[in-house]
Amino acid sequence: MSRYTSVTDTDLREMLDVIGAATMDDLFADIPKALRLQRPIELPGGRSEQEVHEELAGLAARNRHCDAEVSFLGAGMYDHYVPSLVDALTGRSEFLTPYTPYQPEISQGGLQVMFEFQTAISELTGLPVANASVYEGPSAVAAAGYLAKLETKRTRLVASRGMHPHSRAALRTHAAGYGMEVVEVPLDDRGATDPAALTEAVDDDTAAVFVQQPNFLGTVEELDELAEAGKATGALLVCAADPLPLGILKPPGEQGADICVGEGQTLGNRLDYGGPSFGFFAAGERFIRRMPGRIAGETRDVDGRRGFVLTLQTREQHIRREKATHNICTAQALNALAGVVYLSWLGRRGIVELAELMLKRTHYARGRLGLEAINAGPVVREFAVRVPDLDGLFERARAARVNPGYRLGRDYPEYEDGLLVAITERRTKADIDVLGTLLGDRARAGAHA
Amino acid sequence: MAESYPEDLKYHPEHDWARVEGDEAVFGITWYAQDALGEVVFFDPPTVGSQLTKDEVYAEVESVKAVSDVFAPLSGEILEVNEALAEGPEKINHDPYGDGWLVKVRLSDPAEVDVLLDVTAYRDLLQSG
Amino acid sequence: MSHDPRRDEDTVTIYERSRAGRRAFTAPELDVPDVAVEEILPAAAIRRRPPQLPEVSEPEIVRHFTTLSSKNFHLDEGFYPLGSCTMKHNPKLHERLAALPGHARLHPLQDPEHAQGALELMWRLEGALGEIAGLPQVSLQPSAGSHGELAGLLLTRAYHQDRGETRTKVLTPDTAHGTNPATVTMAGYEVVKVGTSPDGEVDLDDLRDKATEDVACLMLTNPNTLGLFDTNIAEIAEIVHGVGATLYYDGANLNAVMGIARPGDMGFDIVHFNLHKTFTQPHGGGGPGAGPIAVSERIEPFLPTPQVVRHGGDNGSEPRFSLDHDRPRSIGKLRGFQGNFGVFVRSYAYICSLGGDGLREASEVAVLNANYLKARLAEQGVAEYLPVAFDRTCMHEFVLSGRGARDKLGVKTLDLAKRLLDHGVHPPTVYFPLLVEEALMIEPTETETKERLDHFANAVRAILEEAAEDPEIARGAPYTTPVRRLDEAGAAKRPVVRQGMGENPGSPERAKNRPAGAAGAI
Repeated sequence: MSRYTSVTDTDLREMLDVIGAATMDDLFADIPKALRLQRPIELPGGRSEQEVHEELAGLAARNRHCDAEVSFLGAGMYDHYVPSLVDALTGRSEFLTPYTPYQPEISQGGLQVMFEFQTAISELTGLPVANASVYEGPSAVAAAGYLAKLETKRTRLVASRGMHPHSRAALRTHAAGYGMEVVEVPLDDRGATDPAALTEAVDDDTAAVFVQQPNFLGTVEELDELAEAGKATGALLVCAADPLPLGILKPPGEQGADICVGEGQTLGNRLDYGGPSFGFFAAGERFIRRMPGRIAGETRDVDGRRGFVLTLQTREQHIRREKATHNICTAQALNALAGVVYLSWLGRRGIVELAELMLKRTHYARGRLGLEAINAGPVVREFAVRVPDLDGLFERARAARVNPGYRLGRDYPEYEDGLLVAITERRTKADIDVLGTLLGDRARAGAHA
Repeated sequence: MAESYPEDLKYHPEHDWARVEGDEAVFGITWYAQDALGEVVFFDPPTVGSQLTKDEVYAEVESVKAVSDVFAPLSGEILEVNEALAEGPEKINHDPYGDGWLVKVRLSDPAEVDVLLDVTAYRDLLQSG
Repeated sequence: MSHDPRRDEDTVTIYERSRAGRRAFTAPELDVPDVAVEEILPAAAIRRRPPQLPEVSEPEIVRHFTTLSSKNFHLDEGFYPLGSCTMKHNPKLHERLAALPGHARLHPLQDPEHAQGALELMWRLEGALGEIAGLPQVSLQPSAGSHGELAGLLLTRAYHQDRGETRTKVLTPDTAHGTNPATVTMAGYEVVKVGTSPDGEVDLDDLRDKATEDVACLMLTNPNTLGLFDTNIAEIAEIVHGVGATLYYDGANLNAVMGIARPGDMGFDIVHFNLHKTFTQPHGGGGPGAGPIAVSERIEPFLPTPQVVRHGGDNGSEPRFSLDHDRPRSIGKLRGFQGNFGVFVRSYAYICSLGGDGLREASEVAVLNANYLKARLAEQGVAEYLPVAFDRTCMHEFVLSGRGARDKLGVKTLDLAKRLLDHGVHPPTVYFPLLVEEALMIEPTETETKERLDHFANAVRAILEEAAEDPEIARGAPYTTPVRRLDEAGAAKRPVVRQGMGENPGSPERAKNRPAGAAGAI
C-alpha cells in the first residue's frame, strides 16, 4: 500500500466479496495473457516523501536560476517580481485541485475568476472578447491561424520575421496540419517589419497577417501602417503582444488588430523553465463564435442570483467534435488566476508605472552599453545590439554570475553577433552598470540612444 | 408546445419541413429536431439570394448543448430569411412551424417535392428511430 | 429567499471593488535619469487611456479571491468520480518541489550547461514514461492531452509523407472523446467513425470495412471510454498495420493498466499521456496539464524539436544533458520552449514516490475500486433505475444508463447530478459517451477509501428513493450550493463575457442596479 491508497487486506477481502471475484487478478481477466506484462515494470522502487524530496532538490540545485545570477535573458519569458499574494492565492486547494467547471453551481469561484481575467485581457488588448486562456503564446498564434482559416477559408498565412521564432515555428507546424502555407516577411534595417515587403506578400488568398508588438528584437512596430498594408486584401490582422508594455503602448485593438494573442508568463507566473504559463486570446465581437477555448459568461440562477457559466460551449470539442473551433480541452485556469491576481495587484496605475520604469531603464541601458544597435528605433523593455566578441563576453559574465541576454545568432543568422538584452523592474541601474563593465565600458559619457 | 407534425407539410429525413406554395416554399425544422436540441440560442441565417441544394447543409441551429446542421429539403434561391430569430431564436422551439420558420425560397426544381416524406411517412421514420 | 443574508447578496467583481486611488503595488524607485515617455516613444504608439484594471489594496485582493475560492468544490474536500478525468489525490510534496527556485525560477533559455538538473529530470521522466508505455522514444513538449493528440496526427502525417504517401482519413470509434474528432479536423484529415459492437468493443467487421489504404491512423483508447478493455486489440492492431496505418493510443485511461499491460505491447505506435490525469498534476480548475507522447522507433525521427539528449555517462563518467535542435525530419515545434516543466517536476516526483510497484498497485486499486462501486450500484434499489451499460467486469471506470430513472421516476441524469451536489460529492461525468442513453460515467480512482465509495453509493440510493417519493426535489436541485441552476441558454443568447466599464464599475449603486443582459462592449 502506497501512502496514497488505502486498501487494507480486510478491505480487499470485503470488496472482492461484494464484486464476486476471488482475487485482484480476476479483475484483469479481459486482458489477453499474451499482452500482460510478464515482468515488473523496470523502474526503481517507491520511496518515502523525504527521499523523493532529497533527490529532486538535488536536481534543482544543479540549475542556475534567476536568483543565482543577474539575468538579462528575455526572448519571450522574463524575470519579473511576483508578489507573495499570488502564491498565497494560487496555492489554495480550492483553486488548485478542482476540475474544469462543468458543474457551474459549485464552481462559481473559478468561473468568476475567468470572467475577471477575460475582462483584464480585453482591457489590455483593446478588443471586446477574450477567452479564459489557451496553453501559451506560440500555440495561441497557431490557434489564431486556425480561426483565420475557418473564417476566411483562404489558404495563406503571412508572418513577420519579427514574430518570436517559436511562434513562427508553431504556426508552421500547426499549419502543416490544417493545410496552409506560411510565408515570411523580413525585417528592415530598423529592426522593424518592412511595410513594403508586407504589402508585396499579401494577396487575395491571405487569411491572416501576423505581427508582434513589441517584436522579438524589442522594436515598437508601427501597427497602424502595418494594419493598412496587411488588411488591404481582406486578411485578418493578428498581433501577438507582450502584455506589460501594453500599459503604455496603444492597444493592438485600437490599431487595426482583429485578434490579439500573447504569452502570459509575465503576468504573475513563474519562469518554470518554460511552462506552464498561459496564452491569452482576444478578438473582435464578430469572432465570438469562432474563438477557441473556454469562455465564461455572466447570467442569473433560478432565484435571480448573479452567477457565471461556461458559455458558447457548443463551439468546443466536447460537443461540436469534428466541427469544433479547436481541439483544446482546457484553459490554463490556475495560471490565468495568477494573471488576474497580478493585474489586480498592479492596478490601473501600477501597470503604467511598471511599464514606464522598464522604458526608462531600458533607455538608460541602451546608452550605458554603448553598443551598435541592431534596432535603433523605439523599444520598451528589450533591445538588440551587436557585440564584437560574444564568446568572450559570456565567459566573463558567467564567472561574474551575470547572464548578458539571448544570443540572436541561434535564430537570426543575419544577426550572428547579436545580443538581445531584456530589462525588467528587477534589473537595477547597478545591474546594468555591471553589464556595461563586462562589455568593456564602451559607454560614451552622458549618451542617449 | 406539444409534439405535432402538421398534415399539410412535407418532411425531410434530417428533420426539416417544407411548406410548398406553388413555386415557392418555406423551410424549418420539425418538433423532433427542436426537442432534441433544447432551447435554441442562436441561428445564423444564410444570405438572401444564395442558392440552396437539396440534401445539403445550409445553416446551423445552436442550442446550449448542441449545434445542429439544417438540411435543405429542396433546391432553390433564398428570397427571405426570418430576421426575427436574431432577437428571439427560441421561436424555433415554441412555434417551429409558424414564427420559427427559417427561410423562404423560390424552388428551382419543384419535382423534388415528390421525394419528400408526407406526415405519415415521417412519423413512421420517427417510430423506427 | 433563503433566510441566509449572505446567500441573498449578489457576488461582486474585483472591478466593482475598485476605488480611484487605492493601490497594492509600489514601483521600485527610479534609479536612472528620468526621461519623458514622449521623448522615447512616438506619439502614435502611446496609449491614451490606461487599461481599466482595478484599483484595490492588498487586503481587498486577498479577501476577494479567497471568498471566490470558498465557492469552489474541490478535490481536497471531496469525492470527484468524473469518468475519463482520473481525479486522484494531488500529493502535497509536489507543490513544495515545484516551488524550489531551481525549478520555478529557471529561465527556459538558460544555457543547458547551467540547467543540467532540469534536463536530467526531463530525461529521466521520459525514460519512465517510455517504460510505462512500452515505447522508447518520448517527447514532453505537448501542453495537454489534446495537444498530444494533435502531435500524434502530425507525426502520422509526416511519417506517411516521408514514405511518399498521402492519406486522407483517420478512424475513431463512435465512443471517442470529443477531442479526437476535433483533432482530426485540425490535422487536416477526414473523420471516419467506427462502430461499437454490442459487447462494447470495436466492431471488427466495421473496422475491416473502413480500414483502407486511404486511412492514415486509427485513434483508440484501451480501456475505452466505456471502461472496457478491448480484448481484440491485437487483431485491431493487425488490421490497422495491415493497411500501413498508424495506431494511436489516447492515454486518458492509462490509469487502468500501468505495470499490467503496455500500449506499445498492444501494438500502438504513438501514445499520449495526460500528466494531469494519471500522474497527479493538479487540475487547477481546468489547467495547466501536459500531454507528452511516446512513439515507436519508426516514428522517432519526426518528434518535435528540441529533444533532450544524454551524452556519456558510461564507464562511471558524469552524464551531460543537452537539447538537440538539429532534427531535419522533425515536425517542428508545437509551442514555445521545452514544454510544461513545472508539470514534469510533479509527475516525476510521483513516479519516484510510487516506483514500479506503486504504479502497478495504483492501477490495480483503481480497477478494484471501480468494480466495487459498480457492484454496489448494481444492488437492488439502484440497478433498476441506473442499469449498467455493459454487464461485464470493468476496468478503472464504468458507465451506467439513467434511462431507468428517467422512464420510471421522471428524473434525468442531469437531475441526479445536480442532487448529488447537495450530498457534497461531485457528480460523475454525464451524457458521455454518446453511445449510452442518459449516461453516467464513473471513475473513482485508487486514492479513495472504501468508506467514501460506500458513501457515494448510499447517496445515489437516497436520491433515487427520494425521487420515487417526489421527483420534483431532484428536478429543482441543487439547493445548498452557492448558486442554484443557472440560465445557460440566456448566457449563450446574449453573451456577456466581460465587465462593462460604461459607468464607473466601482460605484456601490452599480453593484445593485446591474442590468441583466448588459452587452460587454468597451
